[in-house]
Amino acid sequence: MPLFDKKDKSRYNAFSRRSLMMGGGMTAVFAILAGRLYQLQVRDGAQYLTEAEDNRISERVVAPPRGRIIDRFGVELANNRRNYRVMVVAEQANQGVAQALDTIGKIILLTDQQKKKVLHDIAVNKKFMPIPVAENLTWDEFSRVNLHLPYLPGVQPDVGETRAYPFGNEMVHVLGYVAAVSPEDKTVDDDDLLSLPGYRIGKRGIEKAFDKQVRGQAGASRVEVNAYGRIIRELGSEAGVPGQDVWLTIDHEVQSFSDKRLGDESAACVVMDVQNGDVIAFSSTPGFDPNLFNIGLNGEQWRGLTQDDHKPLLNKVMGGIYPPGSTFKTAVALAAIEAGIATPEYHVHCSGVFMFGGHPFQCWRHQGHGTLDVVGGLKNSCDVFFYETARRVGIDKIEEAARKLGLGAVTGIELPGEHNGLVPSRAWKQKTYKSVWQQGDTVSVGIGQGYVTVTPLQLAQQAARLASGKMVSPRLVHMVGGRLQPRRVAEKLDFSDNALAKVRDGMDKVMNEAGGSAYSWRITEPGFEMAGKTGTAQVRVYTKEEHEHGMLKNEHLDWKLRDHALFIGFAPVQNPKYAIVCIIEHGATPAHPHVQMARDIMHFTQKRDPSNMRDAYPVNAASAAPSVSAALTRGG
Amino acid sequence: MIARPYAAAKRTLGFSDKLLEVNWGLILLISLCACAGFAMLYSVAGGALRPWALPQIIKFVVGFVVLLAVAVVDVRVWMSLAYPAYAVSMLLLVAVDVAGHVGLGAQRWIMLGPLELQPSELMKVSLVLALSRFLHGKSVEDVSRPSQLAIALAMIGIPAIFVVLQPNLGTTLIILADGCSLLFLAGLSWWWIAPTAGAIAGAVPLVWRFVLHDYQKARVETFLDPESDALGKGWNITQAKIAIGSGGVTGKGFLQGTQSRLNFLPEKQTDFIWTSICEEFGFAGALAVLILFGLIIFYGVQTAMSARSQFGRLLAMGITLNFFFYIMINGAMVMGLIPVVGIPMPLLSYGGSAMLTVMFGFGLLMSVHIHRQVEIPRHSGGII
Repeated sequence: MPLFDKKDKSRYNAFSRRSLMMGGGMTAVFAILAGRLYQLQVRDGAQYLTEAEDNRISERVVAPPRGRIIDRFGVELANNRRNYRVMVVAEQANQGVAQALDTIGKIILLTDQQKKKVLHDIAVNKKFMPIPVAENLTWDEFSRVNLHLPYLPGVQPDVGETRAYPFGNEMVHVLGYVAAVSPEDKTVDDDDLLSLPGYRIGKRGIEKAFDKQVRGQAGASRVEVNAYGRIIRELGSEAGVPGQDVWLTIDHEVQSFSDKRLGDESAACVVMDVQNGDVIAFSSTPGFDPNLFNIGLNGEQWRGLTQDDHKPLLNKVMGGIYPPGSTFKTAVALAAIEAGIATPEYHVHCSGVFMFGGHPFQCWRHQGHGTLDVVGGLKNSCDVFFYETARRVGIDKIEEAARKLGLGAVTGIELPGEHNGLVPSRAWKQKTYKSVWQQGDTVSVGIGQGYVTVTPLQLAQQAARLASGKMVSPRLVHMVGGRLQPRRVAEKLDFSDNALAKVRDGMDKVMNEAGGSAYSWRITEPGFEMAGKTGTAQVRVYTKEEHEHGMLKNEHLDWKLRDHALFIGFAPVQNPKYAIVCIIEHGATPAHPHVQMARDIMHFTQKRDPSNMRDAYPVNAASAAPSVSAALTRGG
Repeated sequence: MIARPYAAAKRTLGFSDKLLEVNWGLILLISLCACAGFAMLYSVAGGALRPWALPQIIKFVVGFVVLLAVAVVDVRVWMSLAYPAYAVSMLLLVAVDVAGHVGLGAQRWIMLGPLELQPSELMKVSLVLALSRFLHGKSVEDVSRPSQLAIALAMIGIPAIFVVLQPNLGTTLIILADGCSLLFLAGLSWWWIAPTAGAIAGAVPLVWRFVLHDYQKARVETFLDPESDALGKGWNITQAKIAIGSGGVTGKGFLQGTQSRLNFLPEKQTDFIWTSICEEFGFAGALAVLILFGLIIFYGVQTAMSARSQFGRLLAMGITLNFFFYIMINGAMVMGLIPVVGIPMPLLSYGGSAMLTVMFGFGLLMSVHIHRQVEIPRHSGGII
């Protein structure tokens, strides 16, 4: 048989033909592969390179140190302390996070609530994110965790920084506090810092109002991460900008004295420089410990704060609203003098009761004050005098005077949550109650009752304006990050000198002339005398029986029904420097504890005289907030 | 009688003659490709010889010895071993189903002492051998005869069924492609080819519905829209495309590939090694490797065309096509042209079984080349 027969020839031809076809097919496939390479690498290469870089590089936020809050003499009211914490990284906890938590729980105390929170945080964060398990550990606890570290995979000890308030609850209503970021916070603020686990932001007070400045700017660390998000190396970092220090006008010494003096009362006190409005003390008692909010309150602590009838969470200085009581008589007196009604010849006779519209309006002194001029009216705080005067002056002029003194509007202090108070007017009543203003309404307003309400801060501003004759407003922040905060220029108050002199004279006599309504609680040291005006704000509606048989004494009433006790004052009487307001909720007793407090606090303030102490505030901005440029200047 | 003194001389080639006849150009091409593989395995290990580059070099050296050993053996010896090899491969394939080692959810390995053997890899070469032998004696008319075709299809189909049951879709596809290509080359009538191709096209929806495993369906689905599940099942394709694309024209440079080093690529040392080449050496580098592959295939086709025996032609073409199908499927898969199927890139991907079978195949190719002048009668069964 021949090796190559016809059949062999035909299949050889077929093989060759078909091999060439397959060769062509393979060439086509290679062309497609090359074309695909071209498409991916040359045509779309730039886009894929971007995606690869996005994969690889992750920006990590680095929290800068939070700026301090400092009083006018450099005392740190809020600073940062070391925070010994224990973190857990889910992807490294090879026996599971729950197991890791149980093991940690044997070394330091961990509540079930804490464990639950950690498990929740781990569920919502990426697996490589360190999640805080326990913070603010003592050195002892921290060392114990470190000692057991070899048996705790995924657990990282960490020394961070956390906010500290060295004076606890003393300043809480000024400083506010920091607390964990809430989901709502993130909707209004897109700062990357807020996404850091365990980050705290200012929730109240200065901490909230100046949060952006105190917070600083987030540093960034550009890191290379692997597909699981673990950091491989740092590519570069930006230091960020440390938070700016906030210098307050507060003098911690006076503040501390004031807080202690208010004691356990539900009370408020403000001390202000009458010339420039600098707030020297700002007390609202009881306070609470802001450090608790930073660490996290437990349910019992929270209930304690919210259910306390002394309202520790309320900033009474600017969030508490009270009828001004007789302190409002200063405004009525100014209006009467300016209206030409309370002339030197103007007198009102007080018989103890003022009949109006068929109703008896009682004077606080049932036997009456006899015939009084405006100074006498203020000195004795005669209700009948001011019923009659108010009736004559009319609500329009009273409203105008009250507004000039700063009532009925926010003072503009640098804290969030200030209340307006209320100075009523005809239009207001028409709008609110759909009824016409009655003269009886004016009569009530004449003694600071009825519709009119104020905040203690407004009263302090009122006292300062009366004392200085200028449109001063309270000011709490002196410098931020070494830059002076602008002072509003205090223009002259739009009252005649004569009118202001008369009112000051009345307030002087209240305290410093025998028979004055607060004479018993005057400052006796020569040169430190205080002028003032007391007030009692009724919190309940008198019953019919009381009207007929005499009012119940405060000490016979439940605490919550007792009248508020108010006092405004300034000192020294000649060339006033400081204004004060002191309010005790439900604190009206014959012993006038609020006036005693005001007396002591004002005396202490004048003795210390913080407005004139030479070492207040740093001489130059650089020493307050050391900056790179300052360092360079010094170095050069 | 046509005088063929040269051919007559070759029939009694000595060992040294055979070494001289080895196509050293092809050996160089294969070595270059393998070296590119070593470099990439070194790179994806973060610039380290372990755990992949060094073992791969050792496997290549072993494979190289195998290649030469296979090459110098007379092609007629391989012809006579074709059926026994097929039988052994078939037995091993059945054995993995019984005593198989479970890996990646699929039974694919069998342990022979220290050697991890993948019978499906072995089967590809054995099938090419056995089918070449079967078709060697068949004329064009014989191939298209139903009885003969049925035997050939059974030879292809039975191992394909066992491999698909493992389940290993990629290797099944290659076995089917290898087998059908050989039938085509042997001269199967278009009257068979055209209707069958039509029927397969019609059967795709039914296969989708009743045959494919869920994970295989998922692969197809994510292939069709990888971004729909970019962090889940589409992750592989998306990240592979990013790696390839980000290489650009000239690449990020050796050891500079971020996608693979940072573990964005799955199976970076095996099925996805191609993406690392593309990432680090760019379009230029990938094209160069593609050209090397193309030249190897060219040599293979040339060898097939120059062989004087039908067995030699079919064997050489079958081996070449097998190599080509690896490249096509793996390349198209990692570049997002077809769904993800578990097929390594020959010579580049890490793995012992694949390396040894590929080198064994090249050995057979080389044997055909060396013994290209050998004529084998139609009814011969080899020389053993």
